[in-house]
Amino acid sequence: MTSPDLTPSDLTPSGLAPSAEPWQRYFSFSTDHKVIGIQYLITSFGFLLIGGLLAMLMRAELLTPALNVVSRELYDGLFTMHGTVMIFLWTIPTFVGLANYLVPLMIGARDMAFPKLNAIAFWILPAAGVLLLSSFFLPGGSAQSGWWSYPPLSTQIAASDGLLCGQINGQSVWIISMVLIGISSIMAAVNFVTTILWMRAPGMTLFKMPIFVWTMLSAQLMQLIFLPSLTGALILLLFDLNFGTHFFQPFEGGNPVLYEHLFWFYSHPAVYIWALPAWGVFSEVIPAFTRNPLFGYRSVAIATFTFVPITGVVWVHHMFASGTPGWMRTFFMFTTELVAVPTGIKVFAWTATIWRSRLHLDTPLLFAMGGVVMFVLAGITGVMLGVLPFDLHVNNTYFIVGHFHYIVFNTIVMAYFAGIYYWFPKLTGRMYSENWGRLHFGLVFIGANLNFFPMFPLGLQGMLRRVSSYDPQYADWNVLASLGAFFLGVSTLPFIVNIIVSWMQGTPAEDNPWYATGLEWQTTSPPPKENFEEIPVVTLLPYSYGDSRYSVQDTSSL
Amino acid sequence: MTPSPSSLPSSAHSSSAHQDESPINLQALYRRLPRWLNRFIPSGGGQHEDHHGKSLFGMTIFLLSESMIFVSFFATYVILRLESVDWFPPGITGPEASPSVILHTVVLVSSSFVIYFAERSLKRRKLTQFRLLWLLTSAMGIYFLIGEWQEWQGLDFGLDTGLMGGTFYILTGFHGLHVATGVLLQMIMLGRSFLSHNYEDGHFGVTAAALFWHFVDVIWLVLFSLIYLW
Repeated sequence: MTSPDLTPSDLTPSGLAPSAEPWQRYFSFSTDHKVIGIQYLITSFGFLLIGGLLAMLMRAELLTPALNVVSRELYDGLFTMHGTVMIFLWTIPTFVGLANYLVPLMIGARDMAFPKLNAIAFWILPAAGVLLLSSFFLPGGSAQSGWWSYPPLSTQIAASDGLLCGQINGQSVWIISMVLIGISSIMAAVNFVTTILWMRAPGMTLFKMPIFVWTMLSAQLMQLIFLPSLTGALILLLFDLNFGTHFFQPFEGGNPVLYEHLFWFYSHPAVYIWALPAWGVFSEVIPAFTRNPLFGYRSVAIATFTFVPITGVVWVHHMFASGTPGWMRTFFMFTTELVAVPTGIKVFAWTATIWRSRLHLDTPLLFAMGGVVMFVLAGITGVMLGVLPFDLHVNNTYFIVGHFHYIVFNTIVMAYFAGIYYWFPKLTGRMYSENWGRLHFGLVFIGANLNFFPMFPLGLQGMLRRVSSYDPQYADWNVLASLGAFFLGVSTLPFIVNIIVSWMQGTPAEDNPWYATGLEWQTTSPPPKENFEEIPVVTLLPYSYGDSRYSVQDTSSL
Repeated sequence: MTPSPSSLPSSAHSSSAHQDESPINLQALYRRLPRWLNRFIPSGGGQHEDHHGKSLFGMTIFLLSESMIFVSFFATYVILRLESVDWFPPGITGPEASPSVILHTVVLVSSSFVIYFAERSLKRRKLTQFRLLWLLTSAMGIYFLIGEWQEWQGLDFGLDTGLMGGTFYILTGFHGLHVATGVLLQMIMLGRSFLSHNYEDGHFGVTAAALFWHFVDVIWLVLFSLIYLW
């Protein structure tokens, strides 16, 4: 086992620099998909830290029932920006980054289909993120109406809250950054879909693609189909806010619920845009560390793709309490429960892959299994929330917050860590420290559950979300949740230390340290500029663990 | 703890090792598609060198995605109008399909045919004919933009005149922005036609600009029906 622990003997430079290229290229307008992938990963990790800091400030306020740390306006700004940063600047870009690095390698391509477009799509992101965060310094502070920005709340901004007669206020800056991030996402989506459909190596048919590629294809198709609806809604909202129209103003004949429809028509599929790549990571990591082929590969691939149509007909379940007509509630309740079918197929496939196998409990598998277990809990609460009477009961309470944090943190972030540890040798050419990785897993697992589990009982008892002060009867669970949040904040430190030290001084990694299948492991670590010396010809299904044949023809050239 | 290459052979897997075709035989399906559709759809991998097809595919899915913004605007318009009790505020008749509106609609729609012939002359290597027809398309686009601007000037309602005013200016304005973009793309392509040997190995830019122009045209037809004919 090449498991470097951070002992002094391991910290000596190995002398084998895996990459001769200077680190400065990460700050350049590079069109290499591997450089762009790392740029995405590091940028979005920075935003994760910022988003986490905002969350810890909120939890500090909620440590006691009274309002004593921040003002109500700042608190509203904090949860708005926390949601926005975590969703649009962390979850989506980080998987776009991981996929940017991996998808061309996995399908046997030399680069993405449109390398220049790829670079432009990336560079919009830090600009939009800085623009968004700078809104904290406006006279009236940042946007304060939640990441949904429902009108009319979001359009009630006093002129004194902004610059230029109130034209530039927190809300309008929020809208403009969202539109910019949307443009970046569409560029990335066009690039990914084209790459996956057109750039596959010979023999790499659709049903030989790794599940991670399938999840990216499905997620990016969803971006193309659904994201423009959010952009449209935001343009209309900006006109309501700044140019005197009344599309969503109920007192002038407008319809605020229409905004909710347009918003959720994207933002529900968005949930799968975040989650699908995470499930893709589980499907890569679990077979590699159980030495079993992924159970029911084809069913999992098809289940992945069925999210694209299903997700287009479930959005109203976010609006059960928005005066939605009865027939719509019933219809969308049924379609929502339908989501449990493809998700169930996936969980079943992972379980069956693990079943009676010899587990290699390295850090990636720990995170993946932790993530799957948490996902089951998240999924069950999702099924509960899809049921109309239950949803109306816990509407706008912490139960909802608990549910989506179990998805977004306990499932998706777990998958992110699993993926980072799994592909770390490929990305950097060095091994991470296994012991520090396991320590990290332990801290994250405890911290995440301590932080988010109390939200379920709090929600069932009726504590509302988005409040900065609350009734003292909710204090106990809130103290636990806040402690969990700080714990979670601290848990990031071993990860950062591990990544930085291992990247600089870790043991050089083999080309395929996990003996995993998949084309990305058939090239060097890190891969050369054009990925493969010769484009491989694929002959076997993915995840051919236990099959002694090579999965590509003519391995001598690899 | 590192997994070893030979651990746990899987009996479930070995039988399916060579069964790599999809349940639906996609390859056969592609062969039966008409050729114009076929070139948008990639087949079983390994077409790295087809830069033209790849770029055209990217452009096509981008335009389909872009059309979803218009779909969201059209849906907004239809829903607000159906729900509204006083769509036209008192004393305001709203936009009318006046002769000038119909004229610049006809001009825009015919420009789609002109650009088709421009593209065809480029394929037949008649460069001068291409430039003339291409320039004519741009001129027709500019005529449309001027016509629309004049219509805006003559209207008795503004952006904040009820939902009708807001949706009218958003829809026509957003479409006008696309027409202007289309004209800009055409100008760039016209300029590039004067660089020597530029279009000798394919002319993706020209095809893409033409595709964009047809898109702008189709959107206008829907928009025109919704705003002027309803």
